[in-house]
Amino acid sequence: MHFQVSSEDFTRAGEASSAVKKALKKLGLPPDIIRRVAIAMYEGEINMVIHAKSGEIDVVITPDYIDMTLRDNGPGIQDVELAMQAGYSTAPEEVRNLGFGAGMGLPNMKKNSDEMTIDTELGVGTTVKMKVYINTPS
Amino acid sequence: MTVSQLAKHPSFTPAYLASEDHTLTGVYCCDLLSVAMGRAPADSAWVTVMGNLNAIAVAVLCDVPLLVIAENMGIDEDARKKAQEEGISLFQTELSVFDAALIIHKALSA
Ligand SMILES: Nc1ncnc2c1ncn2[C@@H]1O[C@H](COP(=O)(O)OP(=O)(O)O)[C@@H](O)[C@H]1O
Ligand SMILES: [Mg+2]
Repeated sequence: MHFQVSSEDFTRAGEASSAVKKALKKLGLPPDIIRRVAIAMYEGEINMVIHAKSGEIDVVITPDYIDMTLRDNGPGIQDVELAMQAGYSTAPEEVRNLGFGAGMGLPNMKKNSDEMTIDTELGVGTTVKMKVYINTPS
Repeated sequence: MTVSQLAKHPSFTPAYLASEDHTLTGVYCCDLLSVAMGRAPADSAWVTVMGNLNAIAVAVLCDVPLLVIAENMGIDEDARKKAQEEGISLFQTELSVFDAALIIHKALSA
């Protein structure tokens, strides 16, 4: 599944994650897997809109895992380790007034995915890849 | 307790009733959407002052069937529309977040 995310969509953000959520429901996947994918993807979607203005999301669903790739051409992240800390945020005031910008996004994404990598370059953009296993390898 | 049973409580004014037979199993309070997103339990009533579109989106993602907007805060027009599209019930109340949640909690444990 492929989605375009753009900045005018701030209020519409969540449509890509809702669409994926519905698709996963139709496939009859366990609710906790669906919830984790939806949360991780929505946070990623919001980050693209707030911090990078726009981007693209690709989602691949296989019998074993769900793979999400979120790619943007935004400003990039200067210090990924810092950005990953709960509570760290550069979100502007108006975004906070909407209930976002608590600095919980990246930590939420990490918590709800089994694998997560961030590729980022200042002035070039950011690519976040996340994987959620359907049958957690034990 | 179902959504429609709770809707009869005098403290709440239903702005939109969907999935009336949905059984509520808890109550949750938070206004920061990123926090709520990770924590609002499925099938709970979520009490918040955020009557915006993004709150509805979070409710959808968390399988929360009912959003209770406290402190007489407004509900944006596009949020109403989204609630109808997604089948999320919306109540309004002049109570504080705590008082509204306490009433729901008592109703659920009765
Ligand atoms: N796609 C992105 N492009 C640029 N910066 C980003 C991106 N995603 C996250 N960031 C940076 O990382 C910080 C932390 O992100 P996050 O944990 O989601 O918190 P929040 O979005 O609430 O600020 C952001 O404030 C921002 O500085
Ligand atoms: Mg974020």
